[in-house]
Amino acid sequence: MDTTGPVERVLRGIAISLVILFFMFPIFWILLMSFQTNETILRVPPSMVFEPTLQNYRALITGRLETQTSTLEIRFMSNLYNSFFLSATSVAVGLLLGVPAAYAFARLKFRGSEDIAFTLLSFRFAPPLLVLLPLTIYFQQLGLSNTYGGLIWVYQLIVLPLILWIVRGYFEDIPADVEYAYRIAGHDFWATFWKVSLPLAMPGIAAAGLLAFIFAWNNFIFALVLASADKQPVTVGALAFVTASGIQYGQIAAGIVLSITPTFLLAILAQRYLVEGLSLGAVKG
Amino acid sequence: MTVQLSLQGLNKYYGPVLRGVHAVKDLDMEIRQGDIVALLGSSGCGKTSTLRMVAGFEEVSQGKIILAGREIQALPPVRRNVAMAFEGYSLYPTVTVRENIAFALKAQRESDADVRAKVQDVAEMLEIAGILDRYPSSISGGQQQRASLARALVRKADLYLLDEPMGQLEPQLRTLLRGRIKFYIKERGLTAILVTHDQAEANAMADQIAVMEAGVLQQFASPEQIKTAPANLFTGTFVGEPPMNTFAAKAVTEGDALVLRLEDNVVLRYPATDFAPEVRAAILSRGDVMLGLRPYSVRMSRTGGSPAQVLANQWLGDQTHIAASFAGGTLVLVEHDRADVQVGQSIGIALPADALHIFDPETGRAISHGTEMA
Repeated sequence: MDTTGPVERVLRGIAISLVILFFMFPIFWILLMSFQTNETILRVPPSMVFEPTLQNYRALITGRLETQTSTLEIRFMSNLYNSFFLSATSVAVGLLLGVPAAYAFARLKFRGSEDIAFTLLSFRFAPPLLVLLPLTIYFQQLGLSNTYGGLIWVYQLIVLPLILWIVRGYFEDIPADVEYAYRIAGHDFWATFWKVSLPLAMPGIAAAGLLAFIFAWNNFIFALVLASADKQPVTVGALAFVTASGIQYGQIAAGIVLSITPTFLLAILAQRYLVEGLSLGAVKG
Repeated sequence: MTVQLSLQGLNKYYGPVLRGVHAVKDLDMEIRQGDIVALLGSSGCGKTSTLRMVAGFEEVSQGKIILAGREIQALPPVRRNVAMAFEGYSLYPTVTVRENIAFALKAQRESDADVRAKVQDVAEMLEIAGILDRYPSSISGGQQQRASLARALVRKADLYLLDEPMGQLEPQLRTLLRGRIKFYIKERGLTAILVTHDQAEANAMADQIAVMEAGVLQQFASPEQIKTAPANLFTGTFVGEPPMNTFAAKAVTEGDALVLRLEDNVVLRYPATDFAPEVRAAILSRGDVMLGLRPYSVRMSRTGGSPAQVLANQWLGDQTHIAASFAGGTLVLVEHDRADVQVGQSIGIALPADALHIFDPETGRAISHGTEMA
């Protein structure tokens, strides 16, 4: 039952609006920037009134960046494709490896299980820069530099621990008796895993997959060092906007808008799972 | 009658064999076809481990399990042909109660009409026919438990394992269902193991009771035998409410009489004719004994008997529980009517020879029950 009075409700509404304004303003400003030229963006004082232009988006999509002095080739769309391909494939591989592992850590008692799980988590403690130097050397020797395969492998450092720990908590929350009941009713271990455990853990798996996708999408340093231009994602590709004739704020803003759109849509679609998955899996588990 | 389930030298270690926690120790048990056997014991006594080994959820460390002539300890649960009701929260949350119950029947490829009829039958028996089309998350814990029980009982199996199947039910419903479930099992000639810590439930439902403690089977006998002839001090004091009173005593002879000397100079004297000669000899040869007295067979006497002083007098509505200080300890006795004794009042305690259970204080083993050898 709602016991709050009308005054309290109004105050609460104002407070929420302020918080939303505070957090959303930078994104709103970036959205405005993406429809402006560098001149209108950089004028002092800044103004919300301007003549909108689509030239930033046109430049990104056609791959031709016009500056005051010259015309530059940029590969924004291929960067966007790389981001999508790297993140999606990394998450797919991460789920394929992480979900069965999470189940094993949650259900099976074996020697050193806690130590192994913790070691996997500890990959997230190491500063990426520390790992990168030796990795660069190994990758060159193994022929993995500047390959999608190599990048997807390194991305497992980001996605695998995340998937493993969130999904593990979710599996632990499923009463073991539900699985036992299914097994004793005439099904083997694998059928039980597919038909009972996986569907029950699905919200957690979806949440973990989504979070892992966002983390992979936002990664910058691994691809910067281990890949060259044709394999780099948007996060690295955005560096191309820092040109000899200045920083192309308009294109950067348009690039940001285009690059956050996929994760933004995904997050909205899976919002319910995300909240459930995080609160049940990570916290309770 | 043929043996349906045979446990032979069953051992369970959690952790490495011989070094881990020894949860079940050298368990030997034979259960006849058509019997209901209750595994009774306190928490951690090994009863649930035993049940789970039979079901196939726990690995057998040592020993054999033979069900309907097949050695099953190495088989996965799916191939054991065992049905199990869980203590709670074991329903598949994504389907209705009806589908939960029908699940195993469908796996056994029974016709839709058969499945419907059987589910309806068992649901009516367990008073859950009204919630068949609801989802597990929308029904109470007690209803979930009954649905789990229905799911186990509805299908055909060589053995039915019921793990605290009524633990979450209200007392009235529990009493009603005990009778119905027993009738259901007996009518179909099924063999069942019931794990419980509720003595009344074990007494009401079981043909045989297996009392377990610290992983060891203490006694395997009918409910009457467990009550009247407990095999050892543990069974004697564990089964029965209020529990058996125990007192250390020294057995000697005075003339022809057998005399038991308790603490505080309490002396119990029994004429030679009270005990059979071999019982008398067995008690005397042990010398130091442990005396077990069931609260229901101790009598209060106003004219004589051994002296005791009332510590508490509780009228429970249908019987009186009286606690009295006696022979350096506390004695509890039960009167069937309201007893008009006050706290602090001196009373006499009558202990007829047939009320005595005598145990060896070192091994705990029973020497005699009443005037008979154990």
